Amino acid sequence: MSSESPCNGCNKPKTVHVTEIKNGKKLEKHLCKDCPMVNEGMAAKSHQPINELLSNFVLAHSGVAKQQQSKTCGACGMTWGKFKQSGLLGCESDYALYEEELSPLLKRAHEGATHHVGKVPARRGSEGAVRKKRVSINRLRKDLARAVEEEDYEAAARLRDQIKTAEGVEK
Amino acid sequence: MKLSDLTSQAGEWLRGSGPMSEVVISSRVRLARNVKGYPFLTCASRAQRRELENRIRDTILDAELAPQTLYVDLEQASDVDRELLVERHLISKHQAAAEGARGVAIGQDENLSIMVNEEDHLRLQVLRSGLQLDEAWEQINHVDDVLEEELEFAYHNRFGYLTACPTNIGTGIRVSVMLHLPALKLTGEIEKVFRAAKDMKLAVRGLYGEGTEATGDFYQISNQTTLGKDESEILDDFKHHVIPRIIDFEHHARRTLRGERAVALDDKVFRALGVLKSARLLSSDETLFLLSHLRMGVHLGRVKDVEIKTLNELVLMTQPAHLQKLMGKKLDGDERKAARAEFIRHKLGAI
Repeated sequence: MSSESPCNGCNKPKTVHVTEIKNGKKLEKHLCKDCPMVNEGMAAKSHQPINELLSNFVLAHSGVAKQQQSKTCGACGMTWGKFKQSGLLGCESDYALYEEELSPLLKRAHEGATHHVGKVPARRGSEGAVRKKRVSINRLRKDLARAVEEEDYEAAARLRDQIKTAEGVEK
Repeated sequence: MKLSDLTSQAGEWLRGSGPMSEVVISSRVRLARNVKGYPFLTCASRAQRRELENRIRDTILDAELAPQTLYVDLEQASDVDRELLVERHLISKHQAAAEGARGVAIGQDENLSIMVNEEDHLRLQVLRSGLQLDEAWEQINHVDDVLEEELEFAYHNRFGYLTACPTNIGTGIRVSVMLHLPALKLTGEIEKVFRAAKDMKLAVRGLYGEGTEATGDFYQISNQTTLGKDESEILDDFKHHVIPRIIDFEHHARRTLRGERAVALDDKVFRALGVLKSARLLSSDETLFLLSHLRMGVHLGRVKDVEIKTLNELVLMTQPAHLQKLMGKKLDGDERKAARAEFIRHKLGAI
């Protein structure tokens, strides 16, 4: 076929070349980029945009999606439907408004985690101290698990005592 | 400091002087923050966007976080200047392509950059040469503390620091390490690294982060989980588990190549050197591929008279925007190939 011949679908100049294998037969199509035939029978796009993945995921995992569709954020106008499309929230209030819907998504994105541990803004002084305590206990528990795994029982016993002390202080 | 001062040499973090620099190009720590009381940028009006930029810019410049901080207004900047900043890893592709009021503050040595109005109101990042995650974290934590005195950041009891995308909430931290893994590529073992990284919920990307392919055997490995682990735990995972193992694996592959396939290895290294010293047209992909092999050859002591610093600089300065800045004019694709080849021949001391 000469390169000047028009699109097989609609006679515009062709720029897309598709090779399909159907029932063991090789079929070649030469199409213009706008032709609706371009997408016919083509393999699914291998690089799905992240927001599409996110919205598919939300659709599949959020049983609450249907009845929540009418909720709209009073501060920024964000709806669950808009979030599903872009993967981005509109303002900080959305996290409280959609806490229930976001939970399964967050668990999946963050290895099952549901709560923040780590840095707390200095202006939230006392709250930070409590959180730091929880962090250090979490850390000790992990170290303990590692010590047991490595059969370092001396370290394990020491860590177990430290956890007991830290928990005692917290209560 | 002016933007044009940046062009002539690589940032401090790319000089190849840091620990483990034979495998680790650089360490980066980034924090995502939003200012309380303003919508995220998806829902901000033009006026709010402008107000945010003014307020954050003034806070940064008043805080004197780094000597001679340069602030670039990205809405006004030319396409080439924006591209130059992307090539230097000082802004993201996303921020270069965005619209509306936005900018970046850059510390003189380029270790620190603060993107204003990226996906979040602030994206702070610190870059360091080689494996220096603790140093990077200390600096960025300090910058965060200083800014936080003036700007109250959006924060939630349960979710931590709030970000426009829920995948960044909690600590808002992204730790990434840029690695050069040519031997694992040659021995076909690189897939094992990818699989292990995936199992550990880490992302593997190319030289320019999200949405870029790995060229020239340069890979960025970064955390994806930001909720439920504190900053030091995330950093410790990188420092004690992930990165040392990959470094050992790469060293092992390099030793195997040198021991068992010495001639084939030398062939790759000296072919790369030969082409780089003689070619008249070079694409940027081919350049990265060749520089990668040459860099490995220098580290294995096969090539003696080329410095790593020179090769790191070439990786940066042969990118399209840098070439155009260096030549002082706009160049089309073929002109860039010729300019790139000439620049490399000059730098490597060939004819």
